[in-house]
Amino acid sequence: MDDAKLAAIVEAVVRELKAAGAVKPFASSSDTPPAPVLQTSSPASTVPIKPHTAAFSGGLTIDLPDPVTPELRYRPLVKNPKDASGLNALVASTTARIGVGRAGPRYSTASLLLFQGDHAVTQDALYRDVDQKLLNEFNLFTVETKVTGGKQEYLLRPDLGRLLNDEAKRIINEKCQKNVNIQVVVGDGLSSQAVESNLRQMFPVIKQGVQSANLTFGTPFFIKHARVGVMNDVGELIKPDVVILLIGERPGLGRAESMSAYMGYKPKYGDTDADRDVVCNIFENGGTNPLEAGAFVVQIAQKMRQHQASGVKLKMAK
Amino acid sequence: MLLRTKLHGKTYEFPDIRILMGKANEEKSGDHLAGVAADTVAERVAARLVLAEVPLKVLRETPAIPYDQDEITRVIQDAVDDNIYNELKDKTVGEFREWILADTTTPDMIRRASNGLTAEMIAGVTKLMSNMDLMYAAKKIPVIAYCNNTIGAPGTLSSRLQPNHPTDSPEGIRAEIYEGLAFGSGDSVIGINPVDDSYGSVARLLDMTYDVIKTWNIPTQNCVLAHVTTQMKCLESGSPVGLVFQSIAGSQKGNDSFGISVGLLDEAYALARKHCFPKGPNFMYFETGQGSALSADAHNGWDQLTLEARNYGFAKRYSPFQVNTVVGFIGPEYLYDARQIQRAGLEDHFMGKLTGIPMGVDACYTNHARADQNAIENLAVMLTAGGCNYFMGLPMGDDSMLSYQSTSYHDTASLRQLFNLRPAAEFEKWLESIGIMKNGALTEKAGDASFFLKR
Ligand code: B12
Repeated sequence: MDDAKLAAIVEAVVRELKAAGAVKPFASSSDTPPAPVLQTSSPASTVPIKPHTAAFSGGLTIDLPDPVTPELRYRPLVKNPKDASGLNALVASTTARIGVGRAGPRYSTASLLLFQGDHAVTQDALYRDVDQKLLNEFNLFTVETKVTGGKQEYLLRPDLGRLLNDEAKRIINEKCQKNVNIQVVVGDGLSSQAVESNLRQMFPVIKQGVQSANLTFGTPFFIKHARVGVMNDVGELIKPDVVILLIGERPGLGRAESMSAYMGYKPKYGDTDADRDVVCNIFENGGTNPLEAGAFVVQIAQKMRQHQASGVKLKMAK
Repeated sequence: MLLRTKLHGKTYEFPDIRILMGKANEEKSGDHLAGVAADTVAERVAARLVLAEVPLKVLRETPAIPYDQDEITRVIQDAVDDNIYNELKDKTVGEFREWILADTTTPDMIRRASNGLTAEMIAGVTKLMSNMDLMYAAKKIPVIAYCNNTIGAPGTLSSRLQPNHPTDSPEGIRAEIYEGLAFGSGDSVIGINPVDDSYGSVARLLDMTYDVIKTWNIPTQNCVLAHVTTQMKCLESGSPVGLVFQSIAGSQKGNDSFGISVGLLDEAYALARKHCFPKGPNFMYFETGQGSALSADAHNGWDQLTLEARNYGFAKRYSPFQVNTVVGFIGPEYLYDARQIQRAGLEDHFMGKLTGIPMGVDACYTNHARADQNAIENLAVMLTAGGCNYFMGLPMGDDSMLSYQSTSYHDTASLRQLFNLRPAAEFEKWLESIGIMKNGALTEKAGDASFFLKR
C-alpha cells in the first residue's frame, strides 16, 4: 500500500469517526510541530521575560510566569544571533532544546532551570495507574501480570511483567474469543499517561480499520504491569493471527504521553523482539499522530498476515 | 574445584566460577535480577579475595557460554594470539591488575597483551578495580581509529552529534545539527537514531546529513542507526554512508533477539569497506550496554559485566571506528541509580580499552532510574579523566525521541576547556577555519545555530 492510499484510508476513517463525534480534528504529522514561531527579528525583547518585580517597603516581590508555556519554552536565548528570524524557524522545527544559548560553555540560567523543572514533573508521572473510566469506555476488562509488589517491583522485575498470572489466564480463556484475526491488547507499560493520551484516538481507528478489512477483531482487554514480552502469553491463549499491544513508552523529559504499538504474527512462547515490529512515538502534536498510527498498524497487520511473518522475517520477506 | 576464603572469621565458599564472577561485582540491580549478586557486602569482598587468586587461564577455559554452543565465544576464543596468551596465562587476576597499573607496564605492552585476552579475563580483572583504578588504567591505553578524521588521539575529546527527532523531520534534524556544530560537536559522527526504520526514510536522512557535510566541507562522517539490514540496503543502492551501525549483545542468543549474527555482520562489514564514502579504514560503529543480554534472557546465568566484556571482543572483529556503551539507557532493572550507572560507565570504558577498541561512552540515565543530570555530568568528568574517546552531544542532553538524558553539546565544549583537550585534529582545524573555535575555546560566534543558515 502506498502513502497516498494510506492517507486516503486515514481520512475516510477519521471522517466517519468525526461524524460519529468520536474524535476531535487533528493535525497530520506532516504539519509543522506546534512550537510557536516568533515573528520579530529581536526575539528576546518581545516576550515578557522579566518577572514582575517591584520593590516596596517590605522588600522584594517575585511573581513569575510559568516557564513551560510555549512562548517561554521556545524562546531563543542566543545573544546576538547571526540570523534572528532564521533562528526562530530552526527552534520551531523541533521539540529538542535548541537555540538555548550559553553562559561560557555552560547553559543559560533559564534553560538550566527549565530542564530541572521538566525532570521533576517526569519523576512524579511515573507511579500513576491508568484511569478506570477510560478502560470502561472501551469495555476493557483488566488482568495482571505476575508483578505483585506494585510499580517498584514492576520496574525492577521486567521478567515478571512478561508473564500473565494464573487468574489472568483463566479470565482471558473465559471472556475472549479465540482464533481471531486481530487481537488488540492495551498495557500500561512505563507510562499510564501515554495510554490515557492516545487510546481514545487510536483504538477506534484500529477497530474500524480491522472491520472494514473484513477481519475479525478479538475481545480487547487491559494488562496491568505489562512488558512487551507479555504478547507471547496472549498469543498462546488466544491464537490470533496478529497481536497488537498498545503500551506506554518510558517517559521522556517532561513528556509522558508517548505510546507504542508492538505487533507480532502468531506470537508464542520463546518469541523475541526480533519476531516483533513496533510503531513508536505515538502522540499528538509533534509525534506520530495516533489516528494515523491506528491506520498504519492495521496496514502492518495485513502485511503480516499476507507474508505470515513479522519482525526481521517480515523485513526479509518484503 | 574449591573456591573458598575466610573473612573476619567467617567462611565463604563459591560453587563455581560463574557464581564467583557474579558475586565479585559491585552491586547492580541486574545481577540481583539474574540471581548472581552477592547476598552481603562481606560476601562480595570474599568473592574478590578468591577471584584475585584465580589464574587467568581458568577464566579462558570457563567462557560464559561453551565454545560449541555460542558463536560469540568462538569469535573471541579464535582471535586469541596464543603466544601472547601463554605469556599471561599463569598470572592470577590480582597479579594481572597490578601488572596493568604498574609504572613499568607501558601502553604498548598493554595493547599487545590485549590480543592474548578473552572477555572473561578482562571482566575478571575489572571486578578487582576501584573506580579510580578504572580511570587510571584506561588512561594508559589510548586507542586511535581513522575514518574521515582521527578519533581517540591523546589530548583530544570527540563528540557524536545526536540530532534525534520524534518524527525524523529532516528540517528539525538539520536544525539540531546546526546547533551541535555551533558548539563544536560532531567530530566522532553525525549519527541519527531513526524513528522510521524503512529504507526510504533512512536513505533520506543519509542524503540530508551528507549534504550538510559536503556543503560545509566538514571532516567527519554520518550514520543513521537503523537496523543493520536497512543500512545494507542503503549501501547497496548507493546512499552516502559514513559509518555502519549496529547494537550488539554478548551472546549468540542475545544477537538473535537483535536480528543479527556474526555472518550478517561479516556481510555488513564487507559492504561497508566497499561502499562507505570516507577514507577509513575504520567504518563500523557499535553500541552495547550492561543488561542487554539479560533483557533477552540470553545471559546463560552469567553476570552483566561479563556479558558486556564479550560485546567488545565481538566488536573488535570489525576494526570499528567507535564503540560506546549506552550505560544507564535501558533502565533501573539493570543499573538502579547514579552510583551503579557511574560504576558501570567506568567499567565499560576500561574494558573496551583493554580489549583494544576505540571506546566512547553514552553517559546517560532514564527517567525511571534514580539519577539526574548532575550524576551524568560527574560521570563525564570521571570518564574524561580516564581518556574516554567521545561522548554524545544532544541538545541540552535531552533526547526527545529515545526518552532518556545524556551529555550535551555544551558538555563536550566544557570538558574540553576543563581538561585542556581539543576536538579531533582535522575537525578542530575546520572549526577554526569557519571561526567557531580558537585555541581550543569557543569564540563569540559559537553556540548560534543560525550561523549555519547561509554558507
Ligand atoms: C529501551 C529500548 C531498547 C532496549 C530494549 C531493552 C529493554 N529491556 O528495554 C535495547 C537497547 C536493547 C534496544 C534495542 C534495539 N532497539 Co530499541 N528502543 C528502546 C526505547 C528507547 C524504549 C522502549 C520502551 O519504552 N519500551 C516500553 C517498555 C514497557 O517495554 P519493555 O517490555 O520494557 O521493553 C521491550 C521493548 O522496549 C522492546 N524493544 C526495544 N527496542 C525495540 C525495537 C524493536 C524493533 C522491537 C520489535 C522491540 C524493541 O524490547 C524490550 C524487551 O522486550 C525505544 C524508544 C521509544 N520511543 O519507544 C527504542 C526503539 C523501540 N528501538 C528501536 C530500535 C531500532 C532498536 C534496535 C533494532 C536498534 C538496532 N539497530 O539494533 C535494537 C534491537 C531491538 C530488538 N529487535 O531487539 C527503535 C524502533 C524503530 C522501529 N520503528 O522499528 C526505537 C523506537 C528507537 C529508535 N527510533 O531507534 N531498544
